[in-house]
Parts: sequence; C-alpha cells; structure tokens
Amino acid sequence: MTRISASAGAEFRIALRNRWVTIAVAMMALFSMVLSAAGSAPTGALGVDKLSVTVASLTSLAVYLVPLVALLMSFDAIAGEVERGTLPLVLTYPVSRAELLLGKFVAHLAILALAVAVGYGIAAGAAFYFDPRASAGLPALFRLFWTSLLLGAAFLAIGYALSAIARRPGAAAGLAIGLWLVMIVLYDLGLLAGVVADGGGYFTTHVFPWLLIGNPADAFRLYNLAASEATAAAAGISGAANTIPPGQALASILLWPLVGLGLATLAFRKVTP
Amino acid sequence: MTSLTLSQVTKTFGANRALDGVGFTVAPGERVALLGHNGAGKSTLMKIILGLIPFDSGAITVLGAAPGSHAARRKVAYLPENVAFHPSLTGLEQLRYYLRLRGERPATAMDLLARVGLADAAKRRIGTYSKGMRQRVGLAQALIGNPRLLVLDEPTSGLDPVSRREFYAMLDGLAAEGAAILLSSHALTEVEARTDRIVILSKGVMVANDTLAALRRQAALPIHLHVTTRPDQADAVARSLDGARMNGVTVDLTCGHDQKLARLGQITALGAMIEDVEVIPPSLEDLYSHFSRQTDTRTQP
Repeated sequence: MTRISASAGAEFRIALRNRWVTIAVAMMALFSMVLSAAGSAPTGALGVDKLSVTVASLTSLAVYLVPLVALLMSFDAIAGEVERGTLPLVLTYPVSRAELLLGKFVAHLAILALAVAVGYGIAAGAAFYFDPRASAGLPALFRLFWTSLLLGAAFLAIGYALSAIARRPGAAAGLAIGLWLVMIVLYDLGLLAGVVADGGGYFTTHVFPWLLIGNPADAFRLYNLAASEATAAAAGISGAANTIPPGQALASILLWPLVGLGLATLAFRKVTP
Repeated sequence: MTSLTLSQVTKTFGANRALDGVGFTVAPGERVALLGHNGAGKSTLMKIILGLIPFDSGAITVLGAAPGSHAARRKVAYLPENVAFHPSLTGLEQLRYYLRLRGERPATAMDLLARVGLADAAKRRIGTYSKGMRQRVGLAQALIGNPRLLVLDEPTSGLDPVSRREFYAMLDGLAAEGAAILLSSHALTEVEARTDRIVILSKGVMVANDTLAALRRQAALPIHLHVTTRPDQADAVARSLDGARMNGVTVDLTCGHDQKLARLGQITALGAMIEDVEVIPPSLEDLYSHFSRQTDTRTQP
C-alpha cells in the first residue's frame, strides 16, 4: 500500500510539473463552458430542468473527451520509462509491476477526477444560474461524474496496455490515437452501417446490442441516457438500444477498468528492461 | 554463506552467446571487480543477477534466494550504467520516492543526499543536473536500507577524482559492515587498489577470477626495472646489464618474477654509476590484456 501511494505521489508530482494537470483541467473546463454557452437558450418547452439537459449534453461531450484525456495521460506511462531508461532501476526495488501500474493509475485517475469535477462544476453552475429548478438534475450529474471516472479508468488501463505493448512513446501515441478513433468515432458509424444494411435482421436484434455494450464508451452513454430523464433531448443511438437493460451497460463500464488493468499488467510483465 | 553464487550461467541472445558457463561467488564483506571490454557481458550478467532478464541455464543464488525474488530485491541495491531519473522530479523527491518503495523513512532523504555531496542541489530538478550529479543520486539510492549486496555498473563514471576517492571510501565502510559488493569498471587503476578480487569476462567467458597478486603470478608477465643512471653512464650501464637505453639517463630492463632479485643484485653491483631503480610490476592493464587475449586465441584457432 505504501508502495502504491509512493508511486502515485511521484506520478502526480510529475504530471503537475509536466502541466498535464493544468492541460486536463483546462480542456474539460473549456469544453464545459462552450457547452453551457451554447445551451443557454431557454428550454422551457421541454418541461425538464436545465441541469438535466446539461447532463445530457455533457454525456455526449464526455464520451469524446474523457477517453481522449485518459489516453493522453497513459500512453507514455510505460513506454516513456523504457525510453528514459528509468525502468531497470525501479524494477530492482521490492515493488511488483502491478503495484507500479496501480500507483500510476491512482495518480492519473485523481487528475482525471479533478478535471471532470471542474468541468462539470462549471456546467452545473451555469445551469443553476439560468434555472432555479436545476437541483432536480443533481442525481443525474452525480451519476455522470462517477461513470465518467469509470470510463476514464477503462481508457487509462487500455492506454497502459498499449504503452507496454508499443515500448516506444511515439508508437504508443500512435496506437492511442488510433484506438480512440476506432472505439469512439468509427465504432458507432460501423455499427450504424451494419444496422442499416441488416434491415432489422439477426444482426440488429442479437449481435448489435452486445457490440454496443461491449464498447465502454457506448455502455457509458447508454447507461447515463437510459437512467436520465432527458433521454429524448440528446440521444442519437438510444432508440436502437432501448432493448438493453441499464444494468448490463453498468456492468460493462464496471468491468472494463478491471479487464484493462489485467491486460496492462500482462503486457507490462513482458517488457524486459 | 556467500552473498552471491553463480554457477555455469549461460545466456544467449539469438545466435550470440552473451555469457558462457560463468561461475563465481561473492562473500559478505568482499569487494569484487568485474572487468571486461564493452560487450563482454558485464551488464548482462548484472541484470541477470538482479532478475531483470532471465538466463538460459546454470544456477544463481542471491542472499539465499532466487534472483529477482521479493526476498532478494529487499536486500540488493543496484546502480545501473548511465543511471536515469525523471527530469521533472527534484533529487530530494526522487530519493524520498525510493525510500518509500523500500519501506524506509522518507525523512532520511536529505541525509543520504548530503552523504554524496548533493545537499545544495537537493531541491533542484534532476533535469538540471550534470552527469556526475545524476550519478551521485544513483549512489545515494544504492545506500538506502542497509543493502547486503550492491551491484554497481560503472559506478564512478562521470565522477571527478576526488568524488571517486570518496566513493571508494564509502564502499570500504559498507564492506566493513558486511555488505558484498560487485562492481564493474573501465578505470582499471582505481579498481586495482580498492577491490579484493578480480573477475575478468571476455566475450561472455570468465577468463580470470582471483586476487590481483595471484593473477600476477598466474600470468607470469615480465617485471619492468627502470634504472636511472648518473649522467653519461647510460650507455655503459645498458651494455653491462644487457638492457635498452631509453634516453640519456634511463635504462629499461625486463625480467621474470623469479629473476627479479638477481637482476637487482647486478644493478647494485654497478654502485656509483646508478642513481635510482624503480621496480614496476605488471599493471592491471597488462594483466587484463593478457587474460582477454587468451580467449581471442582460444576462439580463433
């Protein structure tokens, strides 16, 4: 435990010095502000409170941004140590590779939590400013916060696995961006194309729902939108996904960080310093 | 009980035999120098002892445990060649981190840095350090937690002569407390006086493993006698001793170990013609090339 916290402390300090903390917080804050400004138009017709609407738009934002920030922080974790030559020494210390990885994970997750809290805080503040009924949306906001952390945790862990597999920061960065593009952007387009081509056949009814919750980003979106009152306000894919119980989506976002960390540990063990 | 035992350790990288049947021991309190050309297998051997890379065959025990096991890592300190740290951390932060990893009190970090002469730079980022200063951080971390075996890869590279002397004094202290030390070096002259035993690796083969005195006997390399003569006597002295005249006043003689006293007798017999005599035993450099050459002839029949 001291070893994990020691590693987390050093890692957090490095991220602070390297401006990663500032960059992550600034990115989330900026996007939240843009979102709040864009959504400040009156929405009285919808009959829901302002914060619930904000949460729905924040969900769409988080799906893109949280995995990106997580991958940006994690791609260098192991490849960077290999490149700098700091790995051989630390591996002769009485600390396991899993503990080193968990230390980095704790630090990066804390930074992510800070960034997400600041970003969502700004958006919530704006919602409260425009609509005194906004407190109705607080449970949804809270849910969005902790599921965002789980989503971030999943992509941090996947980033570590990529970093260990690539062993060079440049290659790891390429892999991370590629993964983000495939899992966040192209995945849904591909599924959509599949559904359209299938025309309501076996793929749409049996394969598609599993493919959807198999991707942590989609599971995150499904869970938050299904549990939110404001589904109708922002959902693009939720219509097709109504058949998926939120519990399964939640299980997916809970499971992904664990699977990711397991993969990352396995990949890290194969790295010879 | 020995601190480190290796027997018949073999490691190949593809077709390249990096280590071939290497076996030696290091006892508690013993300082052993590991010598060899670049690529002789020194760093590979050290990484194997630390459990960083696996070996193909043979046996290794580190403080009674397997290399790289938790029990071994708790009591082994390592200083890698060209040690590197994260440039964003200060020396103090880096050392506090290492102390916590070893379960030691982080508050002792400043003392350790002071021991290696880095107290003034402790709160500066390592990115601003010179190579010698980074090397000192490396030394400081190797002193953490009373290690029983120190594996030091080129520990004095980048250090100035005064720091080197301080470093070896520190090693003497650790050895006196019973720590076993295995160090590699290119600076043969400094190893000569400061280690108890010498292991020479050449192309992955161990060609020597003994004290310096025993290696000298084994190699039976000629001893040099530098005879300084009175002015204008050099030619006469060279003729009568059958040696080579170097310049106006010096005559250089070589002889085997067993002829040394007889030769000295001949020189003293010349009496007033002689100003001074200097006996130069084969240096570690000579021994080193002698033993390294053995493998060259062996591998190229």
